[in-house]
Amino acid sequence: MTAVTAPLDVDALRADFPILGRTVRDGKRLVYLDSGATSQHPVQVIEAERAFLTEHNAAVHRGAHQLAEEATDAYEHARARIAEFVGASANELVFTKNATEGINLVAYAMGNASTAGPESARFKLGPGDEIVITEMEHHANLVPWQQLAQRTGATLRWLGVTDEGRLDLSNVDELVNSRTKVLAFTHQSNVLGTVNPVEPLVARARSVGALVVLDACQSVPHSAVDFRALGIDFAVFSSHKMLGPYGLGVLYGRHELLAAMPPFLTGGSMIEMVEMTRTTFAPPPQRFEAGTPMTSQAVALGAAVDYLSVVGMDRIAAHEHQLTVAALDGLAGIEGIRVLGPVDGHARGGAVAFVVDGIHPHDVGQVLDDQGVAVRVGHHCAWPLHRRLGVPASVRASFYLYNDLADVDAFLAAVRETRRFFGVA
Amino acid sequence: MQLQQMYQEIILDHYKNPHGRGLRDPFDAESFQVNPTCGDEVTLRVRLDGDQVADVSYDGQGCSISQASTSVLTDLVVGRSVGEAFGKLDAFVELMQGRGTVEPDEDVLEDGIAFAGVAKYPARVKCALLGWMAFKDAVARAQGGS
Ligand SMILES: Cc1ncc(COP(=O)(O)O)c(C=O)c1O
Repeated sequence: MTAVTAPLDVDALRADFPILGRTVRDGKRLVYLDSGATSQHPVQVIEAERAFLTEHNAAVHRGAHQLAEEATDAYEHARARIAEFVGASANELVFTKNATEGINLVAYAMGNASTAGPESARFKLGPGDEIVITEMEHHANLVPWQQLAQRTGATLRWLGVTDEGRLDLSNVDELVNSRTKVLAFTHQSNVLGTVNPVEPLVARARSVGALVVLDACQSVPHSAVDFRALGIDFAVFSSHKMLGPYGLGVLYGRHELLAAMPPFLTGGSMIEMVEMTRTTFAPPPQRFEAGTPMTSQAVALGAAVDYLSVVGMDRIAAHEHQLTVAALDGLAGIEGIRVLGPVDGHARGGAVAFVVDGIHPHDVGQVLDDQGVAVRVGHHCAWPLHRRLGVPASVRASFYLYNDLADVDAFLAAVRETRRFFGVA
Repeated sequence: MQLQQMYQEIILDHYKNPHGRGLRDPFDAESFQVNPTCGDEVTLRVRLDGDQVADVSYDGQGCSISQASTSVLTDLVVGRSVGEAFGKLDAFVELMQGRGTVEPDEDVLEDGIAFAGVAKYPARVKCALLGWMAFKDAVARAQGGS
């Protein structure tokens, strides 16, 4: 798997992203290091959405006119493209509002299974059953499970995090046991950058019959991911973090599971037959797409996936790795910096969170912003993780294909300037 | 560089040497406020003596703006009537929500005028108001509870 990969021509790529040409805060070059929150959009993606709206727009899966046919084709073609991109079949991908909704869909479907018939027995949860998550989850992969446990009487348990920001797997066999119904964890931490070991976790879950839900929000945009090869049951990711439009998330579910799972939202488009007192449901994925779907957005995400594929996910991963190592090395050379998460490039992605001694993250972010460097400050929707690491908040720089070493240099210079400005240098 | 406009010396002084910090007894009511986007938090206690704000004490963690504005708050309201204190609160809120268009009155806000630059950064307005919202809430509790 060591394909020889030519480095990215970042200058050429950047030309596809108009926003990167603008300035901020009185003429400063924009150094956008917040792609972990949301990515920027290339003209190819914007144009694909525009082309759909100006040439093919109609409601999908309804009506028999030519536009409806074209729109449906475009929508389903996008689904197939996106599925191929993540190693899935088209009928295993459900479009949702965002990744958060995808996780809620599974959690609510499991709740609904508790009152449904025997066909959905494997999704049932109740007192005595356990849900296992981790302490490094984004709230999106934490709160829905916590609430599901509260609604059903199941128990929520979690894998801990080591001081260096890896999952603590020392008690995984005790935590993931015959009572475990679901194991949900993040593929790549949005704070620490840590890439979690999917293989042993899936193996453990399989051996006890638990379902595996993977939060792939930070992995799918940044590296080649093959859901089928990973052997997981469900996964989610968000369009807006991978060059695509807002308002669209993707839920992957193994077809056999989606076929047995009761719906979350109900209404139009997800039915097979409706009478005044009962309804039967369409097969997946339609069963989970109630109402008029995000059509132009799905088409544009298809274009984003094409764009990423042409650049090459392995090259993107290698490029981000180079930037991440440069940032980590640079931060190691500045006094008073504590990086949260792995300090070397091993099994880690391009999110670099840190705190600066004596300066609150909010204030660090403000000085960086004044230099044109856009980073995220706060708990990054991972409050329990920050509590575990003993800090109220952190600063996070995150990289993507359009960042270059000049961005890393500007970032490091701005961090040094922060220490000077607040008189701790 | 616009930073100096935001981080006025007065603000940095209050941040480094906060006034009235630490939780004290006795008190009539306590309020806990948190900024859910960044996790900054403050616990603030109020003691009223009739209509007078007899003491304000607080503890918390947060950025320079939230900590300094709470420090300024204690200077402005302790020893005043609740009516006067709320007048200052209204003036401070108006300043902070003015997006940089409100000219602050130094007679009313004293050191608080240093926050005029913060008002130009919408993301930081909540930081500046954290302690003030805790004060408003604590006074309401103190008056409602007894
Ligand atoms: C790891 C992780 N999980 C889940 C989410 C939620 O994604 P969204 O807000 O698009 O639903 C995010 C992003 O915010 C994330 O980084």
